[in-house]
Amino acid sequence: MDFNSLIDGLGTHTLDGLTRGSIYALVALGYTMVYGVLRLINFAHSEVFMVGTWTVLGVYTVLGADSDSGMGMVILASLLALIAAAAAAAGVALAVERIAYKPLRKKNAPPLIFLITAIGCSLVLVEIFGHVLRVFFGPPFGRAPVGIPSPIQTTTLLTIGDVRITNVQVFVIVGAIVMMVALDMFVNKSRLGRGVRAVAQDPDTAALMGVNQDRVIMLVFLLGGAMAGVAALLHTIQFDITKFDIGFFIGIKAFTAAVLGGIGNLRGALVGGLLLGIVEVYASTLFNSSWADVTAFIVLVLVLMFRPTGLLGESLGKARA
Amino acid sequence: MSDMKEPATDVVAEPADEGRKAGFMGLPSLGIADRFANLPTWAKLPIVLLLVAFAFYLPNLNILPFAYVRTDLTSGGSDWGGVLFVVVIYMIVAIGLNVVIGLAGLLDLGYIGFYALGAYSVAIFGSPSSPITQKIAERFDLGEGWAVPFVACIPIALGIALAAGVTLGAPTLRLRGDYLAIVTMGFGEIIRILSRNLDGVTLGPKGITSVPRPPEPSEGFFSSIESAHWYWLALCVLILLIFLTRRLENSRVGRGWLAIREDEDAAAVMGVNAFKFKLWAFAIGATLGAIAGLLFASKQSYVEPTGFALNLSFLFVAMVVIGGSGNMVGVMLGAFLITYLPERFREFQDWRPFAFGVAMVAVMVLRPQGLVPSRRRAREFEDRKHEAEEAAADV
Repeated sequence: MDFNSLIDGLGTHTLDGLTRGSIYALVALGYTMVYGVLRLINFAHSEVFMVGTWTVLGVYTVLGADSDSGMGMVILASLLALIAAAAAAAGVALAVERIAYKPLRKKNAPPLIFLITAIGCSLVLVEIFGHVLRVFFGPPFGRAPVGIPSPIQTTTLLTIGDVRITNVQVFVIVGAIVMMVALDMFVNKSRLGRGVRAVAQDPDTAALMGVNQDRVIMLVFLLGGAMAGVAALLHTIQFDITKFDIGFFIGIKAFTAAVLGGIGNLRGALVGGLLLGIVEVYASTLFNSSWADVTAFIVLVLVLMFRPTGLLGESLGKARA
Repeated sequence: MSDMKEPATDVVAEPADEGRKAGFMGLPSLGIADRFANLPTWAKLPIVLLLVAFAFYLPNLNILPFAYVRTDLTSGGSDWGGVLFVVVIYMIVAIGLNVVIGLAGLLDLGYIGFYALGAYSVAIFGSPSSPITQKIAERFDLGEGWAVPFVACIPIALGIALAAGVTLGAPTLRLRGDYLAIVTMGFGEIIRILSRNLDGVTLGPKGITSVPRPPEPSEGFFSSIESAHWYWLALCVLILLIFLTRRLENSRVGRGWLAIREDEDAAAVMGVNAFKFKLWAFAIGATLGAIAGLLFASKQSYVEPTGFALNLSFLFVAMVVIGGSGNMVGVMLGAFLITYLPERFREFQDWRPFAFGVAMVAVMVLRPQGLVPSRRRAREFEDRKHEAEEAAADV
């Protein structure tokens, strides 16, 4: 127990936590939206994020962007990486839906079967990057971690007290919040978003009112996937690394964040993600970084036991009716 | 004799509709299970005995065409007895997990936690090199190298697993199914991280060596290299557990589980205390997992945290579900396939997890009830499908 270092660096730790948490929050959106509409925990979502990180690496490699690039190149590479990662992640999410979940939905399979199929999909995606692609293309694919030379250099923007705020932190937090606000507006204000909310509230009635359920489901997977792609870009900017199984822990934590905030609730994902990020950073300062991963699980178990509907309540439809 | 006749009429009635429904990939079912179930006891017994005898003979199998199943034919192959041992250990795991998933319908993704608890309890209390035994020995002046004997470790391990099962189950079994899955997964991961971080108890990543062996008829009978002996021991345990679980399945508790799995609300209305029975399933599953872990640790004579990664937990679930959850023969087949095939085809070992993922998705999408489903379970799936079709037709 190291209270002193926690108190001393409270500002820095909180900022670290917010940075970490905003990535969890973005990934959590995918879990939350799919759950809200289908009552299904899309276990493969963590791998959608993983695919996003590899796409970012691919874009940087193709453009030759690295830490020496000029300003124009940095902006171009980041924009292209953003678009490509979001597109690739959304594509993978959609493919999983079409190949694995749709046939099961037709059979009205019990939730357990969905969950196991999702684990299978997740394994397939992990292995594609961990082994299959290596057989065909060699490194960087494979089981070793791969560095991603981020073109954005970390510089201190301003210092408040003894808290240094870096451009990367600002970029990550602001980027995540902008994406979430945009998504929230889309779901609340647009015609398509109304369809999503309708299906989340009552699929049968929504179908009677002329909402194409199948299209809504596709849309939800696409949006969730795109958010995971953006999260992947922000993650690589912050950590400069990817790995074939990078999705696993991020996925677990993002899911915890979604449950913490109230699964099926978009704003809940933001609250849950930021909160979990902060709790995790505090816990790893208090105890030791090897305990950080346990924190997420313990928080999850406690939330499920005492407030299974999460902090902000559950339903995608009702919470923002 | 009169009770023998009744099922016989069943046989005539069944194949007509059963043949098409339960057949594998559209092929008509052979109905082996039905035919076997309807044999009189005097015919069943020799068949079972023959199967058991064959299982015991397996490590020495060397008659040619059949010997191709051995895994040690090439120089890089794995020790055949060792593979058989692991197959049997995983069959025990599959039977235990089947109680939780197949019978009670609870998805437990953290089963590895109980397996690890079994392994670690026997190591922590039975090994002279573990910090806990050393402290106990020091405190009570028991002398250097003292440790709890293997036989006494068994009740300790089972007790710990049972306690963990109840402690985990009591607050979480009230949760919805998919939440339960995540919480149990968290539990499995917490156990692994604890075993890695609690240096003072588990020696952390170094692991604990000299885990005790069962009492030996002669010196070195159960040393790690005598895998055939270990296989026979595990097989005996497996047979005992199959017998016990069978009894359980057909008991009041077993019927309670089925009722809960099929419709919890209806079961509750009929007076089945769902929570109590679920907790039973969880606790029994935990104990069986611990038995498997205990045997495994004892054969390895060494435990360390990386052996209990969450992937293994998914593997366990896959055994049950691919084999056919709810059906003991099915889950044992699942355990066999998932353990044996990768060992037999070691040259493709890098492809194993990939092939495994593809198989998982393919089996679930094409045949969600598993390769060898229990008949009741297959019917449930069929029902759900019809419901979906009717609902679709209504709209």
